[in-house]
Amino acid sequence: MFSRAYKAAVTLPPLVWVTVFLLLPYLLMFCYSFWSVSESQTIVHSWNFANYGELLRVDVYWQTLLRSMWIAARVTIFSLVLGYPLAYFLSFYAGNKKDLLYQLVIIPLWVSYLVRAYAWKTILGSTGVLNTLLQYVHLTKHPLEFLLYSPFAVVLTLTHIYTPFAFLPIYAALEHIPRNLVEASHDLGATPGQTFWKVIFPLSIPGVVAGATFAFVLSLGDFLAPLLLGGPSGIMISNIVVSLFGAAYNWPLGAAISFCMLLLVVSLLVFSERLEKKWSFS
Amino acid sequence: MGLTTNSEIVVRTTAEGAAGRAPLLRIQNVAKSFGKNVVLRDISLDVAEGEFLTILGESGSGKTTLLRIIAGFETASAGELWMGEERLDRQPPYRRRVNTVFQSYALFPHLTVEQNVAYGLRVAKRPEAEIVSRVGEALEKVKMSAHAKSKPSRISGGQQQRIALARALVNRPRLLLLDEPLSALDANLRRQMQVELKSLQREVGISFIFVTHDQEEAMVMSDRIALLRSGELEQVATPREIYGRPATAYAAQFIGHTNLLKGEVRGGVVRCGLLTWPAALPDGPALFSLRPENIRLAAGNVATAGRVRVRGTVRHQAFHGATELIRVECGDGMMLVVRTPGSGGPLDAVELEFSPTDAGLVRESPERI
Amino acid sequence: MELLVSDAKLVSGSRWLFVHSAAVFAFLYLPIAVLILYSFNGEGVGGFPPHHLTLDWYRTLFADRPIWDSVLNSLEVAFAAMVISLTFGVPAALALDRAQFPGKTLFRRLVLLPLILPGIITGLSLLMLFNVMGTKLSLMTIVLGHGTALISVATTEVFAGLQKLDRAQEEASLDLGANYWQTFWRITVPNLKLPIIGAALLIFTLSMDEIAVSFFLIGRDNTLPLEIWGRLRRGITPEINAVSTIIFVFSLVAIVFWYRLRVRGESAAEGGTR
Repeated sequence: MFSRAYKAAVTLPPLVWVTVFLLLPYLLMFCYSFWSVSESQTIVHSWNFANYGELLRVDVYWQTLLRSMWIAARVTIFSLVLGYPLAYFLSFYAGNKKDLLYQLVIIPLWVSYLVRAYAWKTILGSTGVLNTLLQYVHLTKHPLEFLLYSPFAVVLTLTHIYTPFAFLPIYAALEHIPRNLVEASHDLGATPGQTFWKVIFPLSIPGVVAGATFAFVLSLGDFLAPLLLGGPSGIMISNIVVSLFGAAYNWPLGAAISFCMLLLVVSLLVFSERLEKKWSFS
Repeated sequence: MGLTTNSEIVVRTTAEGAAGRAPLLRIQNVAKSFGKNVVLRDISLDVAEGEFLTILGESGSGKTTLLRIIAGFETASAGELWMGEERLDRQPPYRRRVNTVFQSYALFPHLTVEQNVAYGLRVAKRPEAEIVSRVGEALEKVKMSAHAKSKPSRISGGQQQRIALARALVNRPRLLLLDEPLSALDANLRRQMQVELKSLQREVGISFIFVTHDQEEAMVMSDRIALLRSGELEQVATPREIYGRPATAYAAQFIGHTNLLKGEVRGGVVRCGLLTWPAALPDGPALFSLRPENIRLAAGNVATAGRVRVRGTVRHQAFHGATELIRVECGDGMMLVVRTPGSGGPLDAVELEFSPTDAGLVRESPERI
Repeated sequence: MELLVSDAKLVSGSRWLFVHSAAVFAFLYLPIAVLILYSFNGEGVGGFPPHHLTLDWYRTLFADRPIWDSVLNSLEVAFAAMVISLTFGVPAALALDRAQFPGKTLFRRLVLLPLILPGIITGLSLLMLFNVMGTKLSLMTIVLGHGTALISVATTEVFAGLQKLDRAQEEASLDLGANYWQTFWRITVPNLKLPIIGAALLIFTLSMDEIAVSFFLIGRDNTLPLEIWGRLRRGITPEINAVSTIIFVFSLVAIVFWYRLRVRGESAAEGGTR
């Protein structure tokens, strides 16, 4: 029913824009990763694999990448552990308070990411809210130093930030489960526990996969929380990229790391898309 | 070959139906496929000025696709549409003087009833005074003036249907397309709307193409019925003709009840199980359609002159109020369905009678995919 | 809290769930509560219990020109980004819904990628583009960055709306003589009013809050998050709590507004299918 002119009119402008401002920059990043920097701090447009070689050779790069993935994995697990039961409670037991509670989960997302990370910093610091509270009630004599400037602080903050992201797709998946399936399962003699593990959980897997992907990918690329709360032991891969693009002035090497991250993220997305498809039955 | 005869008959009936008048719409050899899926095959059909034509078919027969091609929402894979001297299928939907009443009505939820009806005139940039008076008239005609300021969600299904009609007719189209407009209404309202729609069409004198899967609705309303089956026209004829003289076994079965009798002609005599009757037909196998109401329960032992008579056992009786349907086994496994005006009670052995002239020859309807 | 089940086992299960959920809510709201509480704390950030409740930090804030300049910058950026994202995101949704063209899958993935891609990658790749093109970094480059990244939001929201839109609506409009342009403005857009407003609000707030992309595209003028970032590095004062509290309150107003609009829209839509 839509004419060719209509289709062209809606397709071409976004296609051109996206090509110039998304596709082209990614390709440029790819190009940069083969270039190098001269002594006089200019970009040399010669093509070689030196940057990728360095990534493999220098321990700190791939070790940091592994540590980032480990941090992201912990964030993902904690977000799911916090988010799934919350979503399940809201979807199945919250009754008429469902909408209100749902909004309550969303609202923290409207508070600036930066501000929430900063708030954690004021809570976890050696003169922060938590330590002074513990001393105030005489649980500790000296401030607990491991709370701030540690991977712990980064994982805690990122879990706080990405739990709602993990919650949202899980909740959506649970809401899509027809309630008569649960009734049918009870009717056929399954206990509530059996009903959950045999009916509800399998049907919610696409939501879990989507939520896990969100939490993992977004926390993997984070560089602000580590800068703010991580300390030297909480440094993540993006912090290295930031310094390569800043003070260290080695854009090509930074581009190589970024491009590896891009590949990692895209392959994760493709993988999770497959997984979601496999577990969706509608 | 069966198919060639089919289209010959179609062309002939079409010409008869539109006798003397130049057709308003000429559909020529239209075909449509979606990928490998063939939906319409070589459809040719004329629609006369002021005619109420029904396209009748089961779901999946391609009737809605044909309507959408006429409206311009789909492009035919082959064939042409002509409205007078104008090649209709080359025009976008908004330049065709054809309007549609949609199955779901498709009233715009964000506009009031009045604004819905005025929509076509507004986009055509008619003067505001003209819009007001024409919209008023149209609402008057469908008895909905009182609801002019309501939103479509606030009125009932039957009322929405009238608004959809008014919204289409206010543009004075040359042809109105109706896509199962009554299917969402309950049975009583539906019968009432059938009558109203028909008289409205007479009043405005615009050609209607009405799509339905309900053969009874088609019979009640139409000047002509085009029976569509698996993307091909099975028969195009007036309701009386298509009922009384169905061209094919499918047409006979789809429109009303019938008994299909598979017989063998030899030497001017049809032999069908235990039944025989004379017929001026060439030798070979033949298929006949015999309507249940053309068979009657006979009294006495002597056959009426010129009638075929057979004895049978009643297997099932279904009471329908004014009439009763009786299934009678007549030996050799042959089952005849008989419609009688009431039998008075349970029956066992009966004598049946029918006139050979009522057993109409029909063509086989081959399976189509 | 009313629990809707009577089965004893279910109730004990849901009691456990209830406690868990309450704990998660506490975890989600603890930093926000601390943030707001300490914006009134005379003794600076941290230290328990809070001392000398005061509005001083708000007074300092209102006299703080750089903050307000950055707020203004952020509003400008968010508005411009919203316009760009909708201008290209709405047609992109229509294209994904209705047009078939080679490379459509790639196009879809590309448009939606920034939604989930860490901001650093979007920011850096654009930085390289602007560097190669010789574009000077400014608020304009941030607008282009936000506008491009947030097309994904507009497209997802509007595409979801299109899936629910009855195609017969637009057909009826064409049928009644409206051309494609008229149909778009008179039927398509009003029917997509909720997703479009929702996308606009979301884009606006996401842009106001965005820091990862802006971090790399910033010129001389700061956006609010970057201004806050700069101050955090220099040492923290409750003034930041104060400005965050104010923004939080504005966000709440926006949420309530949006929620009401949606509830009204949904009840109207339910009436339509009655």
